[in-house]
Amino acid sequence: MFVPETLIPALYELQERFAALSRDSGFKDVLRHYLAEYVGRPTPLYYAGNLSKRLGMRLYLKREDLCHTGAHKINNAIGQVLLAKTIGKERVIAETGAGQHGVATATAAALMGMDCRVYMGEEDMRRQAPNVSRMRMLGAQVAGVAQGTRTLKDAINEALRDWVTNVRTTHYVLGTVFGPHPYPTMVKEFVSVIGREAIAQVKRAEDRLPDAIVACVGGGSNSMGIFAPFIAHRDVKLIGVEAGGLGIESGKHAARFATGKIGVFQGTRSYVLQDDNGQVLATHSVSAGLDYASVGPEHSFLREIKRAHYSHVKDDEALEAFHLLAREEGIIPALESSHALAYVVKHASSFRGKLVIVNLSGRGDKDLAHVEGLEAKL
Amino acid sequence: MKRITHLLTTLAANGHKAFIPYITAGDPDCAATLRVLHVLEAQGADIVEIGVPFSDPMADGPVIEAAMERALKSGTTLVDILRTVREFRKTSSLPVILMGYFNPFHAYGIERFAADAGDAGVDAVLTVDLPPEEAGEFSAMLRKQGMAPIFLATPLTDTKRMAVLKKIAQAFIYLVSVTGITGERNGLAAGLAAKAKELKEETGLPVVLGFGISGPLMVRQYHDIVDGFVVGSAVVKRWEETARNPAKFGELKTFIASMAHECHRNDIRP
Repeated sequence: MFVPETLIPALYELQERFAALSRDSGFKDVLRHYLAEYVGRPTPLYYAGNLSKRLGMRLYLKREDLCHTGAHKINNAIGQVLLAKTIGKERVIAETGAGQHGVATATAAALMGMDCRVYMGEEDMRRQAPNVSRMRMLGAQVAGVAQGTRTLKDAINEALRDWVTNVRTTHYVLGTVFGPHPYPTMVKEFVSVIGREAIAQVKRAEDRLPDAIVACVGGGSNSMGIFAPFIAHRDVKLIGVEAGGLGIESGKHAARFATGKIGVFQGTRSYVLQDDNGQVLATHSVSAGLDYASVGPEHSFLREIKRAHYSHVKDDEALEAFHLLAREEGIIPALESSHALAYVVKHASSFRGKLVIVNLSGRGDKDLAHVEGLEAKL
Repeated sequence: MKRITHLLTTLAANGHKAFIPYITAGDPDCAATLRVLHVLEAQGADIVEIGVPFSDPMADGPVIEAAMERALKSGTTLVDILRTVREFRKTSSLPVILMGYFNPFHAYGIERFAADAGDAGVDAVLTVDLPPEEAGEFSAMLRKQGMAPIFLATPLTDTKRMAVLKKIAQAFIYLVSVTGITGERNGLAAGLAAKAKELKEETGLPVVLGFGISGPLMVRQYHDIVDGFVVGSAVVKRWEETARNPAKFGELKTFIASMAHECHRNDIRP
């Protein structure tokens, strides 16, 4: 818990209440109800036949893009907002990068009748304009952040400042497996439904577990959500894909495991892209959701113990995969998820004949204008 | 460390409060920081708090955040800051507190930092995002070099938490006057007097009030309940104005002197 003293009582309270509620069958029933009837779970595990043929493997997509609001973020947001309401908070705040977590929190807040304010870097508001409109339509206030690099890390700083100020009345719905304890644990718990479903579904379809799971890693929530239930199944390779941006050598990327060092940032100790003086570096990715200088501490741990493998793909590779999935399967993926798919395409020869699941963490509607804009410039 | 305790004891014996202005190191460069430290001392500061700039200062408001951005822009590093303290020490025995976030200390190497900071003449270190839970190793290293680890208490700190602070804190407790970030305020949290009194009783340490202190009137209002005042944004703002308009230098000096005067009055009764 690397946070200012003001937040310490709130974090202890959250630990306690979360621990109690995760054993509370009433709370779990309500959450299950919302996940089934509102979010639309279970999401399909779809056999991507055309791509499988083309790539020479058996490729399945875990369709988190079909969740209500269009990404896996809603699983965590519903859980946390329900928790906030149960423990008597009146207001929720959130940070958002791609806007998916902001939309998910605004949605859950509308559903449960809570005030909601979402912090978003101005650069991200530009890249992900449709999501800004959606949040406002849902009744949330969207606060643009003009400080620093005007992206996700600055939005988190502002959200933390708000929380320090309004900690008595407000719950901070952190959107990924990051930040001070208990957030990494709590968010993992709420998103692990993805992996639990995938295990049951792949067993039903193939009567076995997959050879590999591939997911993109920004803060790391969708990947942790699908990885976590598979960790104990040691024969299943877990592969996290970071944003390689314009290439590692360009310095414009968000591949924390490629060049980062252990540091302490925004409440936790993990790999951080930083300079020699411990100042956090600006990152770059075509996808706002992966454009972050650090990564969930449990991913660092999984890498340390060699249970998961982390790699990266570049902006242009992700864009290619974006188009490929749209044309081959009729599914427009989020640019974030396109990174996971791009890794599989790039390394298709090593997956030949294998059974692979890609976590398709979100849909790409939010990215259309951004992609068209980028490609008009080419 | 001893210097701070001795100073607070002496001030208290005379009914005075410690005046602790804050300045961000390297704003806009370290040569300027050395100059302003001398100004603060000449106008009556008892202790100076020097901020170590960090790219992501989550507990700071816009004034100090902007100062940290200016400092980083001019390339200020911890090496430069310790050199500045060493330089200041040549002519001053004023206690120096370094305030910062953990990652720059961590990147420097905490053992090396403790040795170099102690050697440069730093008396205490306040690491904003290192609560007692995480501070054990770093605090031990600081103490070994004769420096005090400083910890924050807030309006939300309860009796149980005070016992945790008592185990690790030294020199004084820094009482955050509001639930919030740094920056000038018109009014502070309710119940501060009771909180300060309880903190003193529970920890046996002096209590210094900071965050939100905007001017002499606020010092007068809370004079009776604490042992000193940290004034950050109000100083940084005036210092920044002098950089753009040298004619404002007089205003900065007058402000510092008036704050020192208010802290050093002993004719205030509740």
